[in-house]
Amino acid sequence: MISVEPVAAAGAPLARRNPVAKLAAALVFTLILVATLDPVAPAIAIAAELAVLPLFGVRYRVLARRAWPLLAGAAGILVTLVLFAADRSGRVLFEAGPVLVTEGVLVTALGLVLRMLAVALPGILVFATTDPTDLADALIQNAKAPARFAIGALAAFRLVPLLEEEWRMISMARRARGVDAGRNPLAKLRLFGSTAFALLVGAIRRGTRLAVAMDARGFDAGTARTVARRQHFTRTDALLVAAAAAIAGAALTVSVVLGTFRPLIG
Amino acid sequence: MGAVQLRGFGWRHAGRKGWAVRGVDLRVEVGERVLLLGPSGAGKSTLLAALAGLLPEDSGEQEGTVEIDGLDPRKARERVGIVFQDPETQLVMARCGDDVAFGLENRGVPAEEIWPRVDEALRRVGFPYDRDRPTAALSGGEQQRLALAGTLALRPGLLLLDEPTANLDPGGADLVRRAVADALDADTTLILVEHRVAEALPLVDRVVVLEPGGGVRADGPPEAVFAAHGDALAAAGVWVPGRTVPPRHATTPPGEVLLTADRLGLPPRLAPTDLRVRAGEALAVLGPNGAGKSTLALLLGGLLRPGTGTVVATPALAGRDARTPPHRWRAPALAGRIGSVFQDPEHQFVTSTVRDELALGPRRTGQPEAAVTATVDELLERLRLDRLAGANPYTLSGGEARRLSVATALATAPRLLICDEPTFGQDRRTWRELVDLLADLRDAGHGVVAVTHDADFVAALADRTVTLERP
Amino acid sequence: MNHTDSNRWRTVDIVVASVIAVAFGVIFWAWGLLWGATDAAFAFFPPAQTLIYGVWLVPAVLGGLVIRKPGASLYCELLAAIISALLGSQWGGIVIVQGLMQGLGAELAFAAFRYRAYRLPVALLAGALTGLTAAIFDFVYWNKAYDLVDYRLPYALLTIVSATVIAGAGSWFLTRALANTGALDRFPAGRDRALV
Ligand SMILES: Nc1ncnc2c1ncn2[C@@H]1O[C@H](COP(=O)(O)OP(=O)(O)OP(=O)(O)O)[C@@H](O)[C@H]1O
Ligand SMILES: Nc1ncnc2c1ncn2[C@@H]1O[C@H](COP(=O)(O)OP(=O)(O)OP(=O)(O)O)[C@@H](O)[C@H]1O
Ligand SMILES: [Mg+2]
Ligand SMILES: [Mg+2]
Repeated sequence: MISVEPVAAAGAPLARRNPVAKLAAALVFTLILVATLDPVAPAIAIAAELAVLPLFGVRYRVLARRAWPLLAGAAGILVTLVLFAADRSGRVLFEAGPVLVTEGVLVTALGLVLRMLAVALPGILVFATTDPTDLADALIQNAKAPARFAIGALAAFRLVPLLEEEWRMISMARRARGVDAGRNPLAKLRLFGSTAFALLVGAIRRGTRLAVAMDARGFDAGTARTVARRQHFTRTDALLVAAAAAIAGAALTVSVVLGTFRPLIG
Repeated sequence: MGAVQLRGFGWRHAGRKGWAVRGVDLRVEVGERVLLLGPSGAGKSTLLAALAGLLPEDSGEQEGTVEIDGLDPRKARERVGIVFQDPETQLVMARCGDDVAFGLENRGVPAEEIWPRVDEALRRVGFPYDRDRPTAALSGGEQQRLALAGTLALRPGLLLLDEPTANLDPGGADLVRRAVADALDADTTLILVEHRVAEALPLVDRVVVLEPGGGVRADGPPEAVFAAHGDALAAAGVWVPGRTVPPRHATTPPGEVLLTADRLGLPPRLAPTDLRVRAGEALAVLGPNGAGKSTLALLLGGLLRPGTGTVVATPALAGRDARTPPHRWRAPALAGRIGSVFQDPEHQFVTSTVRDELALGPRRTGQPEAAVTATVDELLERLRLDRLAGANPYTLSGGEARRLSVATALATAPRLLICDEPTFGQDRRTWRELVDLLADLRDAGHGVVAVTHDADFVAALADRTVTLERP
Repeated sequence: MNHTDSNRWRTVDIVVASVIAVAFGVIFWAWGLLWGATDAAFAFFPPAQTLIYGVWLVPAVLGGLVIRKPGASLYCELLAAIISALLGSQWGGIVIVQGLMQGLGAELAFAAFRYRAYRLPVALLAGALTGLTAAIFDFVYWNKAYDLVDYRLPYALLTIVSATVIAGAGSWFLTRALANTGALDRFPAGRDRALV
């Protein structure tokens, strides 16, 4: 089941901020953190992220549900590093055939896993607390995104829950017409593929008609558009972006001071 | 504003040999209210699209000229508002208020005027919810009303409505018609397409009948047109008011029970319902929009798993499979016994030509090729789809698509046929053909269940009715 | 040669490109779960995981082939990434940067032919280039700490192969199949069919 509704408690102080500000804050934060491979900076960043979580109105349980696949990713990183790490310096902790685990390997693994989490969380927070309509409005009004594209994308996004319904309809139609796969796994795969294809075809048809309906209401008439729903980018919003940059910068600084900093490039 | 002038207008869709509409000369003055009639496939929807400037140059070939207030319709779009037959595809935004505001924003209406105009439009169509209601949570009738509000908010000089009440329950259809009547100012021109003439007459003061071969067949005030051409129009497929259709009720008492529904339901879509379907009987399922009729049809058709209660097939229908419920049968077995016609025809199409679509069912249930061809040809001819055998099902007109979807189910001649709104969008002639086909099937001892809002259809065919209430 | 009258996007171009992106945004979201689930399984030879990598890159090539306007590849891939983030991608905002980077490759390929050639070899090139830009991103961002010869180079090469086959050839065949259903009648890609 796909949910397209924001999952945050409405009215949480940071969730209410301008969507563009939230997005910019997340991107700035992420891009600063990407610069290092050490475990210290991301650890500080994660602590800061978890601390502001309540301000976004996201409960820890909700976050965990969205982020759990990251844990599988973390396991993947660990195994991969044990087998393929470039840096195998430090005391040898374990050795068996090609598997050579050293202190250096473990520090690198820790750094990568923490960095993955630290970089992913802000985006998860922002998208979990943002309504798509508001995001498109703010992108147009505050980030000067081209209105036709932002609104076209928004109109298409409305189809997501409909696609799920459509999938069910297509499956039923096939069954009603005598088409099914039975127990044969290969036939099942083929039916799945053809249903997915039919869904894509249906979605494109729907998109074509939607475009006609939008044109009928003057979408591409060349008239200057007005906006019914104003989005404001206030001082507080600017402050949010600055704060994100400051926290990420502070995390990096601590890591440099402690001497653990390992630049991504260079 | 809103005067229409057509001179020798014609349009041929890309990939088609025949013209969808041709040789139309017509002038409509500002403030006139016109009912546009013509058999299914005569080109009414195509003509409306042309007036709205929505036929892209690259998607077909044009003949003659169209002008709105002397302008090319593609340049006069801000004077025209159109509501299509299928409301779902014309909702653009996720929230109802935003959707009505969408057109106003595009037209550059000052921001402070937008919300008052949105509220006014919603009030005029009697929309029951507030502006933040998600558009995905509306029933078909509510969507239709919202689409109308989105168009009325623009205060178009020329209002085009394509079967605005198809698929609505009688109460909802009345409301929409009243909303249209209230919304028309003295200088708003209206062109309405509607097969059911009697219901549309209070809205209009002029009738124009398209001739399928090309040109306009009749034009004038309704009484005059129907007095002068009534018989000829009725024969050509127009629902001339006051002319009844001979009913086709069962002549023999119903036979054995085929399917029993016991406390069958699917919360929250359908409240528990008891039902018995017999061979040689046509059962009509009635009820308001949202009562769960389509849900019931899918449950009886073995396509949905019941939430509560059971569906039991008798050995008369299912032989040894009668012990398992229909939703667990293998698809070919199901298709041979129970045929389903979906409410939205396009949901049902699986192949890419009309002919393949009809042949699919019989082939799947194992009929020999010669028999398949014979069945397909007969259905094509009786339902006036023979010209379209090679066409893609998704390019058909509304009425043609409906006939094809019913025909696909008829092609396998299942012992039990379940159809959801089998007659919407039909002209009088194709309507009678459908009634005859269903009646023939019933008289041959098959069971027919039809979900419908069509009172004429119930009067003509149904031997028994069941009415559902909103859960 | 097929070239469109103008490079301006019509409404139908915007909406259908968006629909393709949305459809793949949903696929990405589901694919992300699958990717996460198979991560540990592929770990014993992780470069093999790139064999299913191509799916991430399909919208870039498909968008370009269907819409045939400047920016289509970039737009589809970027929007698909944003949609998957809106639906709750476990990678958060970084997928947006990644989407931009991946779309760039296909965009460059179509631009190199001045948005006029859309035959199979061009599609393959677009797939390969989108694989290349994707590989560069991963090379620097995700894989920096791994061994160059044993891991990073094979990973990058396999990404390009996967992209060429799945995104390049796959999108080309998908476009043709879509055109055969008549769904692309409003696009030059759909009109190619009537000529053959
Ligand atoms: N997109 C399309 N591509 C090809 N042919 C089309 C397309 N739309 C309609 N047609 C064909 O043009 C003809 C006229 O269709 P149109 O939809 O205008 O009929 P209509 O009078 O509105 O019929 P109905 O009462 O059944 O809705 C039909 O034969 C139909 O098959
Ligand atoms: N797939 C679905 N999931 C959840 N609710 C649904 C679904 N389909 C329909 N509903 C809801 O269930 C109720 C019954 O729907 P159904 O389509 O069966 O009504 P109906 O009687 O056929 O109405 P109509 O006359 O408008 O076709 C409606 O309130 C509808 O919004
Ligand atoms: Mg029509
Ligand atoms: Mg229904």
